[in-house]
Formats: sequence, C-alpha cells, structure tokens
Amino acid sequence: MSSEIEALVGREYQYGFVTDIDADTIPPGLSEDVVRLISSKKAEPTWLLDWRLKAYRRWLTMTEPTWPNVHYPAIDYQAVRYYSAPKTAKPLGSLDDVDPTLLETYKKLGIPLNEQKMLAGVAVDAVFDSVSVGTTYKAELAKHGIIFCSFSEAVHEHPELIRKYLGSVVPYSDNFFAALNSAVFSDGSFCYIPKGVKCPMELSTYFRINAADTGQFERTLIVAEEGASVSYLEGCTAPKRSTNQLHAAVVELIALDDATIKYSTVQNWYAGDENGVGGIFNFVTKRGKAMRNAKISWTQVETGSAITWKYPSVILQGDNSVGEFYSVAVVNNMQQADTGTKMIHIGRNTKSNIVSKGISAGRGQNSYRGQVKVMPKADGARNYTQCDSMLIGNACGAHTFPYIEINNNTATLEHEASTTKIGEDQIFYLKQRGMSAENAVSMIVAGFCKEVFKELPMEFALEAQQLLGITLEGSVG
Amino acid sequence: MTIPHWQAAFAARAGGDEPRWLAPLRQSAMASFAALGFPTRALEDWHYTSLSSIADVPYTIGSGASSTTVADLTPYMINADWPTIVLLNGRWSPALSSLDSLPGGVLVLDLATAWREQPAMVQQHLGTVAVSEHAMTSLNTALMQDGVVVVVAKDVVSNTPIHILHVADAAAEGAARFPRTLIIAERSSKVTLLESFVGLADVAYFTNHVAEVVVGDNATVNHMKIQRESESATHVSTTEVHQARDSHYVNFSMAMGATLSRTNVYTVLDGENCGATLNGLYLGKGTQHTDHQTRIEHAQPNCFSRELYKGVLDDASHAVFNGKVYVHPVAQKTDGKQSNHTLLLSPDARIDTKPQLEIFADDVKCTHGATVGRMDEAGLFYMKSRGVPSETARRLLTYAFAADVLETIENETVKHALEQLTLERYAGSAVHPVIVARKG
Repeated sequence: MSSEIEALVGREYQYGFVTDIDADTIPPGLSEDVVRLISSKKAEPTWLLDWRLKAYRRWLTMTEPTWPNVHYPAIDYQAVRYYSAPKTAKPLGSLDDVDPTLLETYKKLGIPLNEQKMLAGVAVDAVFDSVSVGTTYKAELAKHGIIFCSFSEAVHEHPELIRKYLGSVVPYSDNFFAALNSAVFSDGSFCYIPKGVKCPMELSTYFRINAADTGQFERTLIVAEEGASVSYLEGCTAPKRSTNQLHAAVVELIALDDATIKYSTVQNWYAGDENGVGGIFNFVTKRGKAMRNAKISWTQVETGSAITWKYPSVILQGDNSVGEFYSVAVVNNMQQADTGTKMIHIGRNTKSNIVSKGISAGRGQNSYRGQVKVMPKADGARNYTQCDSMLIGNACGAHTFPYIEINNNTATLEHEASTTKIGEDQIFYLKQRGMSAENAVSMIVAGFCKEVFKELPMEFALEAQQLLGITLEGSVG
Repeated sequence: MTIPHWQAAFAARAGGDEPRWLAPLRQSAMASFAALGFPTRALEDWHYTSLSSIADVPYTIGSGASSTTVADLTPYMINADWPTIVLLNGRWSPALSSLDSLPGGVLVLDLATAWREQPAMVQQHLGTVAVSEHAMTSLNTALMQDGVVVVVAKDVVSNTPIHILHVADAAAEGAARFPRTLIIAERSSKVTLLESFVGLADVAYFTNHVAEVVVGDNATVNHMKIQRESESATHVSTTEVHQARDSHYVNFSMAMGATLSRTNVYTVLDGENCGATLNGLYLGKGTQHTDHQTRIEHAQPNCFSRELYKGVLDDASHAVFNGKVYVHPVAQKTDGKQSNHTLLLSPDARIDTKPQLEIFADDVKCTHGATVGRMDEAGLFYMKSRGVPSETARRLLTYAFAADVLETIENETVKHALEQLTLERYAGSAVHPVIVARKG
C-alpha cells in the first residue's frame, strides 16, 4: 500500500450514543416460559403463541450453522435478553403519545418522526429495541387502503392476513436463526398493498438497538396484492458497546401476480472497534416469493455489523417473474461479512440479475456467497451474475463462492467475478487533478459501486455514499 | 460401512518385500481412511457427487491376470513409438510395455523396483505431495499395489510423451485397483506425460488413482489425462502437484467414460514466478456423472494461473465443476483467470458449477466466469440457411464448442487424437471426413 493512500484518519461511529430511558426488560435467558412471556406481553392470540412454541421446539433441535466464512466467539443464547421495550411506549397510538426522549433519539439519528418535518413522501415505522414506537403517515396511506403498521398492531388488527402469510416464505423451520426469530420475535413492520395500488410514497422502517445485552429479533412482512407496487427502505443503527449484540431478523416478501416490491436496506449497525471489540452479530434471513409476472428487487448497502450473515433471496415461483439483487458490502477493521443471494427459478421465463460489489479494507474479510438454481420445469430461465471485489490494504480478504445448479437446458446463465486492488494509477491521476487522497479513494469507490447505488431511492443513495466514505475512512492508513 | 472390508483387505496384504519406511505411511493412511470413511454429500467438497453407490460394494483387489494382448491395445496407443507403460488391471505388464524409446536422462520404474533401487528418492516424495485430507487418497496410499515412477534428471528436455496406459479388461470385473504415479521433474527439466484410463470390456470396477507430481525449479511438466473407463466403472483420480520457483505445470483432463467419475487436480505454486495451466473437457451422455474439482493455491508472489474447463452434456448426464483459486496473504501480484462453460444438449442434462476465489492478498488480479447454456439458435439458423442439414449443423456446433479447449493442448498428436474422440462422439459420419480432410 502506497503511503499516499495511507493518510486518512477514522471518524467515530456517529450513531454510537445511548438513549437513557426507562425500559421494560426481561432477564436474560431463553426457555418456553420466555417465549410465553413475550407473547403475553404482546397479548397475542393463542395461534401465534403456538406457532412461536413450535418454532422454539424446532430451534432446540437445530445447530448453529458453521459453513459461513466468518469466525466469532460462541454465542451464549442464555445470556441474551430477548425483550426490552421503552416503558413509556404507548400501545401504538398516535405520534403525540411518543415519549419526547425517543423523538429526540430519532432526531439525532436523522429520522424525524414529526410528520411536518419529514422528508416528503417517506412514511416511517420506528422500531426501538423490541417495539415499534411510532408509524408516520398512517392516515394518508389508509386512504389508499394500504396497511402500514407495526407487526404487533397487525396481529391484532389484521390477524387473517398475518395468519395467511406469516412463515409462508420463511417457515419457522427454515434455518437456525429463522427458528430463533420465529420463537422470540418482538416487533417489526407489516405492510399490505391492496390489489392494483401503487404505493404513493416510500415506506420505511428504522431499527434502533438501544438496551444493553438485548437481542433484536424483528420480523417484517410485506404483501403486495395483484398489480400492486411498493418501495420499502430499511435502516439500522446501534450504540457503541464493548460487548457483542445479537440481531436475528426475518423479512418475508410476497409479490402476487404482476406486483412489484423493491426493498432497500442501508445497514449500519455498530461494527465494533478497530480491534474487533464489540459490534452487532447480524444474522438475517430475507426472502421473497414472486408470483406470475411479479418482480422483487433487493438492494442492500452493508457497511456495519461485526458479523454479517445475510442472503436476501427470491423464489421465482410464477412464470415471467423477475428477481434482482444489488449489493454493496464493505468490511473494514475486523469486520466479517458472508453475504449474497439465492435465486431459485421455478417458473418459466424467469429472470434474475445479481450485481454484488464487495470492498475489503483493514483486516476485514468479505465473502460473496450466492446460489442460482434452475429447477427442471423453469424453461427459458435467465441469470446474469456479476460480483466484483476491491481490496484496500494487504491484510484483508475477498472471497467468492457461487453455487450454480442448472437442471434445465433451456436456461442461460452467465457468471462473472473479478478481484482487484484499488487502482493506484487512478488515485495518482485524481490527485494530480488536485483532489485529496481521501476524496480520490471515495470517488473511485463510488464509481465502483455506482451500478448498485443507482438502484437506491435518491435520499438513500446519498446517505449510502456518505456512509461508505465514513466506513472506509482510516482504511487506507 | 465397508470400512471393515477394506481393513480386512489391508490386513491381508502381503507386504513382504516392501521397505520398512513404507509400513507406517500405509498404516496411518489406513487409519485416516477408517476415520473418514467414503465421502458423503454432507461434505462441502462432495456436495454434488455421492460415492454411496460404491461405498457398500465388496470389491476384490485386482490380481492383474488377463489375456489382453498388444493387438487389443492398439486403438488406445495414440502413438506406438512413444515409451508406453501398461498397467493391466492395476499391475505393471512388462510384456505389453515398451520403454525402448525412452530418452536419456529419464528414468521410468515400476513402484516396487523404484523403492528397491531408488529408495531415498521415493521415500523423499511418496506421500508428501498428496497430503489433502481425502479418504480416497488415504485408501490409495494404504492399498497401492503398483504404479509408475518417472524421474527426469536436471536439464533434460524431453518432448516425446511418456504414455502411462491404465487398462481394465473383462478380468477387472468386481475388482478395485489403486494405481499410483509419482513424477519428479528435476531442476530445469521438461517432460510430457499422458495418462490414459481405458476400459476394454463393459464391466463394473473401481479405479482409485493418485498421482503426485514434483516440479523442480524452472522445470515444466505437461501432464494430460484421458479418462475412457468402461461405462459401468467408477473412477476417482487425484493429482496433487508441488511447484518450485519458475516452474510451469500444465494439466489437461479429458473425461468421457465411467458411470461416475471424479477427477481432482490440486497444485500448490510454492515459489516465485510459477505458472499453472489447468484445462479440461468433459463429455457426458446417458446417465453419466462427471465431476471435476481443481484447486490452485498461490502460496508465493508473482505467479499466474489459467484455467478453462468446458463440458458438453447430453441425455440425462450430470456434471459438476468445482474450481478454487486460493491466494495466500504473501502471494502479491498473483494473476489468476478461471472459466467454466457448459453446453446442455438435452432437457434432462444437469450441471452444478462452483467456481470459487479465496483471496487474502490485495495486489492481485483474479477473475472467474461461468456460463451455462444450450445450442445457439442463431448459429444453427445461419448454418441451415447455408444448406447444412439441421442435425449436421447441430453436431458441428457442438464440436466447435468443445474444440477451443482442445486447441490448448501443446502436443499435436494428442490434440488430434482428442479431437477425433470428440468428433466421433458428436459429429456424424457425414461431417466427419469433411473436417478431417480440412484439418489435413
């Protein structure tokens, strides 16, 4: 690494503060009683408790996966608190009821929950530790028949929808972390777009972990009825702590015939310090099911977390359905990411497109792991995959593990991957034009990630680009 | 399940005239096999290939008895003037082998003679290159009966291929064979080797082959393999290579026989300025299962590797390609390229491909690519519009798809022989003479 690229200094993780608020927190540990307790705190119907218990019993029989290319100390599942809620949180009433301390917290995070000050056209569901503290623009959305509320609220208000779709894409038995989530999930967002409705604004959930030693287990369920369309954003931050915190979420998307769901994530959980102390363990199961002519598009910018284990997937069930995955994953310091996607082609003439950009700096290890599977009946399936890795510094690693399984000869598949170092000649050129080394690196990285950023909604794209700059600061040093 | 069967076979071995140092090597290999057992699909390396079909088969240990004559082998000789070693049903056959044309400075011995006459050299290398934790390699080391040792002295350049012909005839039915190849190319030498596996009768048997290749400083080894086993046979072959500085190792693997075959090619580029070229072609038909696994380990800076595997799959055949390029933290300036392309001719053909890059150094240039597809309809249409019958056009395009990887073979005679084999499989007689004439 040339000394010229080695001049940047790290900036603090700016979302690392702690909100001092009274919380209703249960003691650490996991048992059937804890599952029952969480369920009773949310006054859930019996069918949901039964489902949780089935998930818990299945989880007990499962073992933590060891195949991801990440290494971390064993997680003591009995040391985690599975529920924590700010005491003042009202049961999902209007925003006026929200504790000012919480409003202040979200303001500091740049997510004002006050509707007047909102960025026009984005409705937000704010999730603080285990509960949703407020959802904006609900009334406006209701005019179009759109349901956008916290998961707990949906369980009470729209049980028929939850019962129909919960676990229909990610069954509780799907994997170790999905089973854990199904047993103890606390809150999350629910979104339902009726037939033929194009959602007039971006929907967004902002996840915040605050309490110490708690895990966050949220569940997001988005249903787009026939011909509906929605764009959904997700952001996440957590305080700086020297202990690791567990985050195991499940996201299920259902796009019925002709529907479109676009799901964008900017993940900026606390990543731990430069020695790998602290940070979030992020084990997420995200999957969508696309019916006839439907389209599901995942865009993710993964900059945070000490460990990332995440494969947003699409089951291309219906004929002519389309799945997309655009990802930028950045690891710096001691971060490790094993992320990618799965595209399962079941219907005829299904298409999938994968663009993955991995950036490794510091001592970070970045793995792309993606599966493209074409089932025997998926005539005319088409996949294009491009995964590029950029290495900054000589102590990091970039790994590519594609799994391509083709069972139909009418399928056409292309996979391309490359790994290169950040171009010193490019940096030299930009510096020679009067740019600082820092700006040069961030410009090159922005160019490298452009294909993915252009898929993000505009405000998010700007945020993502800045975030990337911050994450990489100090990496060239 | 058949671990006791193989332990019994191991115990029954008459190891009378073997050197003493070999016994612990064999024993630890047997212990390792007993611990690992036959690989199952639960192992990441065997995710798409199951050996369960043979795990319970009580194979006998091949005796080598046979009535095969030189005339029977003529079609497989490729060039009768080349030094040829015939391992018949796993045993060296002096009667069928001919080493008269062996160039000076090249020593070719059977395994037993080698460890008697060149004990130091054999002990130094045998079992030290093939070190991957593989049950099949362990089983070979435990039970290897015969094999070939090739030693090329320093500065000797031999362009004439040495042909090692592994033959299985009707007598091989129900037997397992464990041939071993050890190739030592000393400093600045060059050698070309061809290993053929042929089945003369349609009988079921099990080949478990291990080759160890030591490529010295500045040496070049050109190593080709043609797998034409009986279509009822099971074939597992592992080639492990150790490369010293400035060396070049070139491997070509052609797989067209056996009901189930698995070929592993692993090389470690353990010196600066090395190059490794691993190419291959797999042709599947019927219900054949053809698996290739390669690993290129860049352990030192300034090395390059090139890899191109192509496959044509017909009927309900199934192929697997799993290629890994591994770059160690010190291996700066690594330049690696890997590609895998498969043509699916039939709706029931299947391919699972897993090209992998694991990179721990930053100043590298590594790429891989994979494609899977069917016959190019536009190309077919063009040829038909020019009056080429549909079926002929199809065969011609299939051959053309496979031909470019065959073009990479340096030895003209071998290249031509493999082109013929590919033609015979995909080009009907109508096209066949035309192409051959044109190539004239």
